[in-house]
Amino acid sequence: MATTLKTTTPSAHTATAPAPGRQISWGRVAAWAVMIAIILITIFPFYWMLRTALSNGKSLPAHSSSFLPADFTWGPFKRVFGLASVAEAQAEGGSGANINFWLYLRNSVIVATVITAGQVFFSCMAAYAFARLRWPGRNLVFGLFLTALMVPPIFTTLPNFVLIRQLGLLNTLTGIVLPFVFMTPFAIFFMRQFFLGISREIEEAARIDGAGHIRIFFRVIVPMAAAPITTLAILTYISAWNEYFWPLLVATDDNARVLTVALGVFRSQTPQGTPDWPGLMAATLVAALPMLLLFVAFGKKIVNSIQFSGIK
Amino acid sequence: MQATTQAETLQRAGPAKTGRARRLARGDVIPALLFILPATIGFLVFYLWPTVRGFYLSLTDYSLFGLPKFVGLKNFQQLVHDKVLINALWVTLEYVVINIGVQTVVALGIAVLMHRLTESTTIRGAVLLPYLVANVVVALVWLWMLDSQLGIVNVILGWFGISPEAWFGNSALVIPTVALVNVWKHMGYTALLIFAGLQTIPKTVYEAAAVDGSSEWRTFWRITIPLLRPVLVLVLIMTVIGSFQVFDTVAVTSKGGPGNASRVIQYYIYEQAFSRSHFGYASALSVVLFVILAVVAIIQMRVLRGGESDLD
Repeated sequence: MATTLKTTTPSAHTATAPAPGRQISWGRVAAWAVMIAIILITIFPFYWMLRTALSNGKSLPAHSSSFLPADFTWGPFKRVFGLASVAEAQAEGGSGANINFWLYLRNSVIVATVITAGQVFFSCMAAYAFARLRWPGRNLVFGLFLTALMVPPIFTTLPNFVLIRQLGLLNTLTGIVLPFVFMTPFAIFFMRQFFLGISREIEEAARIDGAGHIRIFFRVIVPMAAAPITTLAILTYISAWNEYFWPLLVATDDNARVLTVALGVFRSQTPQGTPDWPGLMAATLVAALPMLLLFVAFGKKIVNSIQFSGIK
Repeated sequence: MQATTQAETLQRAGPAKTGRARRLARGDVIPALLFILPATIGFLVFYLWPTVRGFYLSLTDYSLFGLPKFVGLKNFQQLVHDKVLINALWVTLEYVVINIGVQTVVALGIAVLMHRLTESTTIRGAVLLPYLVANVVVALVWLWMLDSQLGIVNVILGWFGISPEAWFGNSALVIPTVALVNVWKHMGYTALLIFAGLQTIPKTVYEAAAVDGSSEWRTFWRITIPLLRPVLVLVLIMTVIGSFQVFDTVAVTSKGGPGNASRVIQYYIYEQAFSRSHFGYASALSVVLFVILAVVAIIQMRVLRGGESDLD
């Protein structure tokens, strides 16, 4: 876009009026200024997390208007990972309480990974049956699945909690994972869209060669849909990792606590007076890190998939 | 949309009537059942059954201990007179109006800027960044940045002579604050959805407007907005329903306070169910939320149907 503008500006001088060209470029300068301001507003809180996480809690009040870390230290990160002694922690404004950060991190990884693997795999299977197989009642069942999109999550959450409790799965990772591991209507819908678009000829050819449905699914369909499957997996991982409400209800003690819930607990556990902001920010940064890494690795894919979900 | 219908008609009109296809179709039933089995289990156990059970629980007195006792419409008679509920509905509505109003305008602005200025995926990605981190992380960062004593926002406002505010502790400010924090989180995502809609508007329309000497401003109001209407309605449907179910940010920052100033409907349901063990009453409240969301969705669908694109 910028290049086309550069090439048209000189010709505008020779042709009719130079004024409109100049006006547009001033408009563009203003527009860019707004755009940059928006990006700054978007990025600044992330920088502020880092800045605070590298500060000494005791020095924060004196340096509240400084944009650099107040009295630089790795202390907050050490506290998060349990590497600081009680005395060290308290010297920098931490509580010195023991935090099972590694446990929460492990739980989050297990929960998000199992949910993603199960949900994507089972939804792909169902989507294949809805898109490529012919059986009576297919559209009816698919329509029924889609109606689940209409029910607000809170409505099913309360009865699901009762069910998980009756199954004796409260305070277990299984209890957190179970309602999400089989399917979501969105995942099935998403994959079905792609399977519908795959050419039938390839599939027919495989059938003539004597391949069964399972073989066709794994050897033909799944490899051809590798890109959308990756996209779906990323989106599922992000939402599973970030989920707060459900794990908050199911896991009330340490063993099954995931990172998001643990962050909420750190926040409410802060004793009277000022919370340990550097420790809290270091913990949020570590909790957000996997998403930031996913973003660096798959940013373009995520951006494109969100645009796709809008057009669908 | 178009791609789906094309694929579907292709599939229906395809080789369905040939002998081989019919033979294959008959063989499809058993594999189809196998392929949808896991998803169907998930659907029945964690979507359909809890939906039915949710309605039943709303007619019971249930404290999670012992069995639910059927009480007919008692919960609903009670909630009509529940002042906290009425307040919660108003507070939620205030949140939705501010959140969706600001978010849609800002996102539209960002989308148009991106569309006119740059094709850069990096910029689109940067704007999307807050959407990828957990609500809890977003809530904690802003809780810190908006801290009444040490928060950087008050420090910066102080440079302009504005006195510090307790953003989450002031009953007049807490809902707008939570609403704007969530605008920060979702504006990039919403902007990308609108951006995708902008890309479907043919360049020729803009070229024709430019030839006719239309200003950017006029083109925006006379061309972009009318052609974007269906996408905007779709975006509103997606965001409004989610906005009514705000929970995480409130749970981490203000916990419904001060007083009842930020006790939004989902937080009230959560408290009734899990802090006060009024599970039956909480279920009745979630029926109310369900009905409200259904009405909102139906109204929006009506508007959508009346809002077919002027392009077609």
